[in-house]
Amino acid sequence: MANKEEKSPEGFGTTGHEWDGIEEWNNPLPKWWLYVFYATVIWAIGYWIVYPAWPTVSSYTKGYLGYSQRAQVNKDIAAAKKQTAVFSDKINEGDFETIQADPELLSFALAGGQAAFGDNCAPCHGRGAQGFVGYPNLRDDAWIWAGSIDGIQQTILHGIRSDDPQTRMSMMPAFGELGMLNREQISDTAEYVMSLSGNEQDAEAAARGQEIYATSCAACHGPDGAGNQALGAPNLSDELWLYGGDKDTLVETITYSRAGMMPAFSERLDPATIKKLAIYVHSLGGGQ
Amino acid sequence: MANIELGGGASPSDEETQLYADRVKVYPKEAHGRFRTIKWIVMAVTLGIYYLLPWVRWDRGPYLPDQAVLLDLPARRFYFFFLEIWPQEFYYVTGLLVLASLVLFLVTAVAGRVWCGYTCPQTVWTDLMVAVERFWQGDRNARLRLDKHPWAFETIWKKSATHLTWLAIAVATGGAWVFYFADAPTLAKQLLTFSAPAAAYFFIGLFTVSTYVLGGIAREQVCIYMCPWPRIQGAMFDSDSLLISYRDWRGEPRGAHKAGQSWEGRGDCIDCNQCVAVCPTGIDIRDGAQLECIQCALCIDACDAIMDKVGRPRGLIAYDTVRNLEAGAPNAEPLRLLRPRVLLYAGLIVLVGIIMIVALMMRPVLEVNVIHDRNPLYVKLSDGGVRNGYEVKILNKQYVPRAFKLGVTGLPDATVQLVGHDSGVVPVPPDQLKGVKLHVALDKEGVRALPDQATQFQFVVTDIATGETMEHNATFQGPPKSGAK
Repeated sequence: MANKEEKSPEGFGTTGHEWDGIEEWNNPLPKWWLYVFYATVIWAIGYWIVYPAWPTVSSYTKGYLGYSQRAQVNKDIAAAKKQTAVFSDKINEGDFETIQADPELLSFALAGGQAAFGDNCAPCHGRGAQGFVGYPNLRDDAWIWAGSIDGIQQTILHGIRSDDPQTRMSMMPAFGELGMLNREQISDTAEYVMSLSGNEQDAEAAARGQEIYATSCAACHGPDGAGNQALGAPNLSDELWLYGGDKDTLVETITYSRAGMMPAFSERLDPATIKKLAIYVHSLGGGQ
Repeated sequence: MANIELGGGASPSDEETQLYADRVKVYPKEAHGRFRTIKWIVMAVTLGIYYLLPWVRWDRGPYLPDQAVLLDLPARRFYFFFLEIWPQEFYYVTGLLVLASLVLFLVTAVAGRVWCGYTCPQTVWTDLMVAVERFWQGDRNARLRLDKHPWAFETIWKKSATHLTWLAIAVATGGAWVFYFADAPTLAKQLLTFSAPAAAYFFIGLFTVSTYVLGGIAREQVCIYMCPWPRIQGAMFDSDSLLISYRDWRGEPRGAHKAGQSWEGRGDCIDCNQCVAVCPTGIDIRDGAQLECIQCALCIDACDAIMDKVGRPRGLIAYDTVRNLEAGAPNAEPLRLLRPRVLLYAGLIVLVGIIMIVALMMRPVLEVNVIHDRNPLYVKLSDGGVRNGYEVKILNKQYVPRAFKLGVTGLPDATVQLVGHDSGVVPVPPDQLKGVKLHVALDKEGVRALPDQATQFQFVVTDIATGETMEHNATFQGPPKSGAK
């Protein structure tokens, strides 16, 4: 029996462990604490039976409930789709004016449009729709084909120079490559095009270019360079350039032509998503 | 003597060593006296507040809930009488918590575990559960007798009645909890018609179980084994803290005392064990200060009653300081209340209190935030101008709808276009946040006139009705100045 000196203040002795004369007090835990630990062990066994738990060679134990996070996500997505079906149906049925007039519907469309934009459009047009060289900025006020909401929808549905039969299609001749204009003529034309926005470097060359422009370019880009959306001919008199408004780039454009391509999304996305996209893109600041 | 045993295992001589202890059930006897009365009052007040507070109404006008204390989680508002806290003002709650812990520290430094002994929910509910137990099963001795005959009819029905009452109290506790999170009368109706949200039933169930288990069954085990506070206490007392103490200099040597016997040469403690019998954690205060003691003062009541009976002065067990105990006389040393730690805690309480009052008084009822579109930072326009996009968020913290006009200063000739508000007026519902998209554009000349690529300007938000204005800084971003075409 341990004598009084060998008892801890709580009245228990030592555990019997001793290292170089240093002994360990035994301050015992309550039994129920131990039972709680056993209960957690039993719980774990129950858990193995009910839920997926152990890896096997090629799979894992599925558990009695057959619970799967992936199935759960699918269920949640289905439930969320069902919940938003009210809105989706309205977007499917309503025209753009009705949708834009209903703040709740509009915010649903904008949120859906933003998500779809990130998934489908951002790789070319940029996360913020700011565009890159050759890929139009969708926030500014210049549109090559159409800036109206219906026009944007049309563009998304059928694409530009895509393999869709209804695609927006136009082709600028490669004036240099095809030998229609020689290098001096191209250079003069480029000067004239620059002068349309007041940026010419050589007024004489620009004056020479005016004549070439009138015969070769004005048919599509307009006599004053204002462009023609019906033909997808960009406005050459404003400050915005898809490929660049400097002389070198313009010479390259006239020599080799440009033919940016956008895929048709009518096969890839459902009509409601395309509508949402059109509303979203239209809302970015440039919509007409 | 070199009994080296690495790797453990009890030595053969110690085969009775137990690493786990059975719970020794505590049968607290009822105490009567000053402190018991105080504890009854504290229990009535704290439980009264807890159960009734959600039913107190507070008129906030037509647009807001009229519940005095409401944690409206879906709407993200916390209502507390005249206060209404938005999520971004949660620092008020932080301040409140800081204040509460400082008060706790102060009280502990002055008078020990007052929190544990009187107001801790664990103590209050345990006290209530013990009172219920006493009501059905009788006092300590009766309960001890019942437990000797666990299968007697009397034991079974009395225990069943006790547990049923505990469960009823537990349900009421869980039930009161959920009323803090929803309109109490509405939720009560829903609960009774079984149409309340599932979360309400879940939390009632959770708090029913925890109240029943912690208050009814676990009791002192929570204080001794689960709660960290007893471990922290040690650092908060000093030798001038008033702690519940057995004055051993007066009580020892203890021993039984017969009526008429002389008190010469012996202590006042007659070893009647009443202090142990009333103790809710089942300890002997005469062993000195210990972790298990929640300082509920019931042993003072028990001992004082005995001292009255045997004709000795009260206060054999009393609130006393270590300094006095060591001096061996009551009030041997003057009570030193103004100690550095007491002053520090009190000073901090005043400081935090003042900061909070000032912050509350300066709380604005209108806030404006501006978020500049980052992607892209600016958009070039066909006329050579530049447009920036912003989202302006207006917080109307008043309980009435307000309408605002938005303008800019510091950006000459800028055009401002509010998206979706053609009239240029933004209505903000009462007590709501409204975000509006806004385009600010400069033409080619305007952009050229800007001194830098980034220019500071101000949004001016004007309340149309009152004319109150608020400015918020923002930046207008243009193309790089060097190398611009």
